[in-house]
Amino acid sequence: MGKKVQEITYVDSKGKRLDGRKVDELRPIKIKVGVIPRADGSAYLEWGQNKVYASVHGPRECLPKHTANPYKAVVKFNYRMASFSVPDRKNPKPGRREIEISKVSGEALERAIFLEKFPNTQIDVNVEIVDSNAGSRIAALTAASVACADAGLPMRDMVCGTGVGRAGGKIIVDLTKDEEDAPDAVDIPIAILPNSKEIVLLQLDGVMPKKEWEKAYEMAVDASMKVYEVQKQALKDKYLNGDDKK
Amino acid sequence: MSFTELWDLRTDKLIAELKQGKRLDARKVDEIRKPIITEDVSENADGQARVKLGETDVIAGVKMIVGEPYPDSPNQGSISVGAELLPLADPEYESGPPREEAIELSRVVDRGIRESGAINFEDLSIVSGEKSWIGFVDIYILNNDGNLFDACGIAALKALLNTKLPKLEDHKIVKGEYSGKLKLNAKPILNTFAKIGNTVVADPTLLEEKAMTSRFSVAVTENDDITAFQKGLGGSFKIEEINAAIDLSFKNSKQIRKLL
Repeated sequence: MGKKVQEITYVDSKGKRLDGRKVDELRPIKIKVGVIPRADGSAYLEWGQNKVYASVHGPRECLPKHTANPYKAVVKFNYRMASFSVPDRKNPKPGRREIEISKVSGEALERAIFLEKFPNTQIDVNVEIVDSNAGSRIAALTAASVACADAGLPMRDMVCGTGVGRAGGKIIVDLTKDEEDAPDAVDIPIAILPNSKEIVLLQLDGVMPKKEWEKAYEMAVDASMKVYEVQKQALKDKYLNGDDKK
Repeated sequence: MSFTELWDLRTDKLIAELKQGKRLDARKVDEIRKPIITEDVSENADGQARVKLGETDVIAGVKMIVGEPYPDSPNQGSISVGAELLPLADPEYESGPPREEAIELSRVVDRGIRESGAINFEDLSIVSGEKSWIGFVDIYILNNDGNLFDACGIAALKALLNTKLPKLEDHKIVKGEYSGKLKLNAKPILNTFAKIGNTVVADPTLLEEKAMTSRFSVAVTENDDITAFQKGLGGSFKIEEINAAIDLSFKNSKQIRKLL
């Protein structure tokens, strides 16, 4: 925020962005399922430069006991960034940002999982960001959702999403760090359940009129559905490639 | 420990009434509690405010200190918002380092103000690359009757609006003397909604918060710009509900701004 950016054209006359993408184009996304053998479910995801490992353990005994819920399982989501995952070394101690992201991401997953089937238990979802370039919370949630499915948790739906926002006066999906640093940047991480279109994660930083938000939302849903396809394909690939037998 | 069963009985009643379109305190679903805003908190604070929303009671104080600018923004000062859930305010609060609820609360309040551009951080520079003002906005919850987000948002804004800048001599603060006021360019107001069943209510009480499955906050400016969103808890929202909440926030915020 607030950096001096000299006359950068974020979207050129041909509709191309700084990295050559179109306004509604996601960075390349790759997901591999079952990368952590000792976990109940896991996934590795690359989303542009973002690289993320997600694992799921549970449902298992809820500890400490007073955190248990007698009606349903508790999702304990940990979003963490490796010290080398950002340009400057990050203090490994979880900061306020990571704690907040963990809270809203875990809450987003809650809607997708049939938690009421597992009272008094916890489901641990741990995500480690090893490389990052904007959009890491949605990358983490996307990977975590796949890991939950891989763990065989009964689910209403997947959770998929994207970043959306504005740079240089244009509404664009999946902002990079350079785009987030635009003087007029707005960043909106959003996650939905793809089948019901329910919104399960929504945040916004920046200044934006409602009209632009409505457009951004439409673009975010379209992009999220593409993420959903990648998630589904990754889960299928595990079995098609026989990775499940290894 | 709180009495879970008692809360269960109360929320059952609340949900039954809400199905008839009624809230237990007779408000309409889109009606907020009128905030009572005062300034007399602490003579030692550089800016201050107390906000009551129904029985929710919060105080905010600002301390302006001279610090070092961040290396990536050498000609800017900064603000830092912290909210503390004091154990005296609610039987469920414990002392100790802030937990995730308090962290989310302070970050959402911070985001609404910061992102609105209300404060031009370059105004807070003293010597580029060496010294700048850092405004610590600390909010303490005295009593929790729900919707701490909006109460804290109003308290932080009001406290910043009356913040005086300490006088400087050789870049050091002269205690008890002031050289001017902090300049604010916008008045962002945070508006929080609770979804209970299929009903979305504005400005939830504590009991309504016990019954809610999801929460949505939006900060808006006097120009009807959105400056922050935060969706919380394990439930979900439909896009129509989000957009209705945004429209209502534009309206309700105008009401609140008159009271500042």
